[in-house]
Amino acid sequence: MSEKTYVPSTKFGKWFNDRLPLLSLSAHLMEYPTPKNLNYWWTFGGILTFCLASQIVTGIVLGMHYIAHTDMAFNSIEHIMRDVNYGWLLRYIHSNGASMFFLAVYIHIFRSLFYGSYKSPREIIWILGMMIYLLMMATAFMGYVLPWGQMSFWGATVITNLFSAIPLIGDSITTWLWGGYSVDNPTLTRFFSLHYLLPFMILGLVVLHIWALHVPGNNNPIGIDIKKPSKDTVPFHPYITIKDLFALLIFVIIFAGFVFFSPNILGHPDNYIPANPLITPTHIVPEWYLLPFYAILRSVPDKLGGVILLFASIFILFALPWLDRSKVRSAIFRPLYRQFFWILMIDVFVLGYMGAMPAEGTYLLIARIATAYYFVHFLVVLPILSSVEKTEPIPLGISDPVLKT
Amino acid sequence: MSSLSAEEKKLIEVDWSFKGVAGKFDRSSLQRGYQVYTEVCASCHSMNLLSYRNLGENGGPEFSIDQVKAIASAAEVMDGPDSQGEMFTRPGRPSDKFVSPYPNVEAATAANGGAYPPDMSVLVKARKGGSNYIYSVLMGYEDPPVGFQLDDGVYYNKYMHGNKIKMSNPLSEGIVDYADGTNASEEQMAKDVTTFLTWAAEPHLEQRHKMGVKVLIFLIILTTLVYFSMRRLWSRIDTEV
Repeated sequence: MSEKTYVPSTKFGKWFNDRLPLLSLSAHLMEYPTPKNLNYWWTFGGILTFCLASQIVTGIVLGMHYIAHTDMAFNSIEHIMRDVNYGWLLRYIHSNGASMFFLAVYIHIFRSLFYGSYKSPREIIWILGMMIYLLMMATAFMGYVLPWGQMSFWGATVITNLFSAIPLIGDSITTWLWGGYSVDNPTLTRFFSLHYLLPFMILGLVVLHIWALHVPGNNNPIGIDIKKPSKDTVPFHPYITIKDLFALLIFVIIFAGFVFFSPNILGHPDNYIPANPLITPTHIVPEWYLLPFYAILRSVPDKLGGVILLFASIFILFALPWLDRSKVRSAIFRPLYRQFFWILMIDVFVLGYMGAMPAEGTYLLIARIATAYYFVHFLVVLPILSSVEKTEPIPLGISDPVLKT
Repeated sequence: MSSLSAEEKKLIEVDWSFKGVAGKFDRSSLQRGYQVYTEVCASCHSMNLLSYRNLGENGGPEFSIDQVKAIASAAEVMDGPDSQGEMFTRPGRPSDKFVSPYPNVEAATAANGGAYPPDMSVLVKARKGGSNYIYSVLMGYEDPPVGFQLDDGVYYNKYMHGNKIKMSNPLSEGIVDYADGTNASEEQMAKDVTTFLTWAAEPHLEQRHKMGVKVLIFLIILTTLVYFSMRRLWSRIDTEV
């Protein structure tokens, strides 16, 4: 935060700012020198902030009408859909908003992977981001349980049962999570409570994520360190704010397309059937954004093994800054890494598709290969590339065509 | 994967009036569909989430207030307890929920050979294929192929999972007498009742479509304006936006 120090123009402003430097903070946020070559993949941070705000606002209002009780939850959602003024709009924004949130977060994460934004000195930003992602998954999972439809109930049963795979204490942990001996009313009420709590924890982490970002400043498409402020940077406001706004509006247009014209296409029809502990749906599938992990879980014949691999697939990402030791950040100058980046991306899509298919025959075989490759990418390919890859020459500055050799 | 073939039998695609960005319900089809529901389906299938007043609301069948009152008062509603602690029945009011044919799920299951006739309030949204699925099942009754084993009280249906259904073909030519003189063919009734069920599952569909079009027009204009402002601002910088 090396910009010029802010001096409030009024006497009161100065008095206030000396005691609580809010004005300095907002001045910093406006002037914040940002690389001028950021492309549209960099607009997803702002889009994600919007998603979080939208989920919190719609969620708070939905919470005023929702009843967390196994006998009433399903009908209270239908009450929102039918009788609450614009309840259908709030609920469709909230349920599709979860999908849009994940769509944006996946683009944000893959952007970071492509341009090496997780590398020194931005490791903490990356780790905070992964913590946010983890909390998002927990929040979304518990939110999906609240309507108490068939997928809610059976999804909750499958996922909470994973913990019973832990040796010795597994069953006790599951009972503790359920608040009883099966997924029932105590499970629903605690999930509602936590579903309300976690978004605010995400919000706290988002503040830290942005704070940590503002220390080194943004990475950029060519991945070099730049002087700030300089001719390579622009003030955040108005240049980045308007660009973020433009991208956000495009995003909201797509979002609105789902909400108004296809609000149920991303959900599962079974969740419009009230939960019934006596009837198991033919295929229990999670929401689309969790499918790659579901495929990893099911690709292991042993339950405990599957759970370990599931958690490993997420926690391995935390170690990424130390697995990829290449000094060059951007994939633009890494000819080999660039190829493997796209292979990983295809691999994750394949896993997602297999997660939606029944775990049998060819599907299972492909899921196993894709799971193995996922770990090979992080544990074998990246460390090897770091030492063998011959990177291309890097420019000295954004406006500088001279290459460093 | 051969076991999936029955499930994936291609549904009959109907060109519904409520499809698409500007889709709306056909008002008279909704009213006829309500008639099919009450005269045919309602003897087994409940619709717990709907109230009689919904029948007169905008975007639905839009019966007149007097018609809604007449429909409601024809129903016998259990109310109480009164000041003596007794339950009593009274004629329905528009604010009452649709009266169910059975007192509870168990009674409905027992009366229907062990198969619970599902509540129809959100049925269209609870089935893959939605309206097309409901229509297809209604039109999917035919004689079983040679050698296909059917137990008593089980019927063959092209579009049901496993081709077995415990509901006999509910529709037959002329089973209802449409007040508006429309010929009550099986196709017509299936179409009308599916339209009615689609509205029941999504009563604000028309409002949603109308608002969606306005929202999109607004967003596209705003986005265009923001785009040109952005271009203008960034023209001060030597980098392309």
